[in-house]
Amino acid sequence: MGNIESLAYFIPELILTATVLAVLFADVLGGEREGFDPPANFAFVGCVAAFLAHFTLYSLPSTPLFNGILIHDPFGAFFKGFFIFCTGVTTAMVIVSREVARFKKGEFCVIILCVCIGMCLVAASRDLLMIYLSLELMSLGSYVMAGFSRKIGPSEEASLKFVLYGGVSTGIMLFGISLLYGLTGGTSFEAVRSALAGAGSGIEPIAFLALLMVLVGVGYKVAMVPFHFWAPDVYEGAPTAVTAFLSVASKGTGFALLIRFFFSVFMQPAEGGWATLAPLHFDWGLTIAVLSAITMTVGNIGAYPQTNLKRLLAYSGVAHAGYLLMGVSLMTSTGVEAVIFYLVMYLFTNMTAFFVILVVSESLGTERIAGFRGLWRGAPVAAFMMTLALFSLVGLPPTAGFVGKLYLFYAVLQQKLYWLAVIGVLNSVLSLYYYARIIKAMYLETSSETEPAVHSSPLAGLILIVMAAPVLYFGVFWNPLVEYARYCAHLMQ
Amino acid sequence: MTIGIEHYLVVSLVLFLLGLFIVVTHRNGVRILMGVELILNSANLNFVAFNRYMPDSALSGNVFAIFVIILAAAEAVVALAIVLAVYQQFSTIHMDEISNMKH
Repeated sequence: MGNIESLAYFIPELILTATVLAVLFADVLGGEREGFDPPANFAFVGCVAAFLAHFTLYSLPSTPLFNGILIHDPFGAFFKGFFIFCTGVTTAMVIVSREVARFKKGEFCVIILCVCIGMCLVAASRDLLMIYLSLELMSLGSYVMAGFSRKIGPSEEASLKFVLYGGVSTGIMLFGISLLYGLTGGTSFEAVRSALAGAGSGIEPIAFLALLMVLVGVGYKVAMVPFHFWAPDVYEGAPTAVTAFLSVASKGTGFALLIRFFFSVFMQPAEGGWATLAPLHFDWGLTIAVLSAITMTVGNIGAYPQTNLKRLLAYSGVAHAGYLLMGVSLMTSTGVEAVIFYLVMYLFTNMTAFFVILVVSESLGTERIAGFRGLWRGAPVAAFMMTLALFSLVGLPPTAGFVGKLYLFYAVLQQKLYWLAVIGVLNSVLSLYYYARIIKAMYLETSSETEPAVHSSPLAGLILIVMAAPVLYFGVFWNPLVEYARYCAHLMQ
Repeated sequence: MTIGIEHYLVVSLVLFLLGLFIVVTHRNGVRILMGVELILNSANLNFVAFNRYMPDSALSGNVFAIFVIILAAAEAVVALAIVLAVYQQFSTIHMDEISNMKH
């Protein structure tokens, strides 16, 4: 499809781009004023408009866009909505909090909107060059966002670690892409795949090396072991709103890329899912399955000794990357469905948890578990929401986390990978202990000081309820979301 | 002796490994950045060399290399700005000395 016709499929991104310009102008012209700050509010309105616009995408047929460099299919449309929703929530968190200095909020919103456009492009890419460009658009913005906190020191340390190791991982990924280009002579997924399918078995070692190198770049984004070491430091140092954004949207980007890239370059459609291309004999599914088992175990064990909540949730995020990798390793459409369901559940759950941490830490000035002692007396609503989020992270009914895990394990058992399912269940049990420690601190322990008083605006309370309600709702009425995930698991090859 | 594709590949592989070696062994922020640049340039060399030896006359490898050069510059700008901010805060860019978070 040509450039002009493709624009009808590109409306969410166009709205985001227009919002970037509007925020930029509002920020430059507005100057530093007290009270109402237009730039951040513009950004929020733009996100809402783009999110509503993304619903029009579902009725359009799957087709390549912009002369084949991008693609439109339900899978891409889902991820666009996912990223725009995350961006909107993060913008709202920045508006209601004091973490980012007031006169920097406009600047921050410009960067996060650009990151969001980059993420949307990653999910729709169909070309090696486009993958690299959109991934860099997303990464460069994220590096800066991690350093935006008013608490200088940890935030800058986080930013530095993020940019240095992020640069290394994308460099290695680029080398892998250059090998793929050399092997096949093309940069579009189609050309690469048909060249790999037609090649002799002599290319296998190089193809496997290229695959592993690309996996380094993707693994860094999803915090997969052994490329997870940045996550604890960056999550702890970055502003809480940014941590929430990275833990959900950055992970989502990684999984969009993992599924899109590997399934359309190294696989071909088979009955009920995908199978590795004929000339390549390596067991890609098993590689990912082993990495998934290691990732969830390392994440859960790493979370045990943590006393800082953000750091604890960073390790918990590593563990959840492991659960999600389980779904990818199956190479079935049921697995992709389970991943999509789990990502939606993880979005609401994690955003709720980080939002509570944000509200409480702004009032009490601490992010440590010890600071949350006796929270239910000072802030019963916040304590309840946190408990709900933690229940969902463990996977206890009646929360969305339970249904998400159920679908994931169902998909694993369907492929008869019993060892992986056993490791997954054992890990869930293991994770119960450290999540329960937070609940215990909030309800059973008493603070040595006077009762912790949490002050929050009504707006913050409203956002918290909007984020937490789906956690409970999808835990009871999960059918619509399952249907939606089933529809969105359609990838166009 | 004629120079073939394999010579280019050996050079780019050496560059890549040198970059990786620098990244792994050094703890100075700017040195790690230099290692990253080496890795990016080794990939660039690959793209250009592969493009030269492709049977068809498409220039996609060269175009890719140009984009990588531009993005490497953008990445260096962001990274050096962050390094500068860290230096103002901690008066060092050694990765082990700026650690003030509890582990």
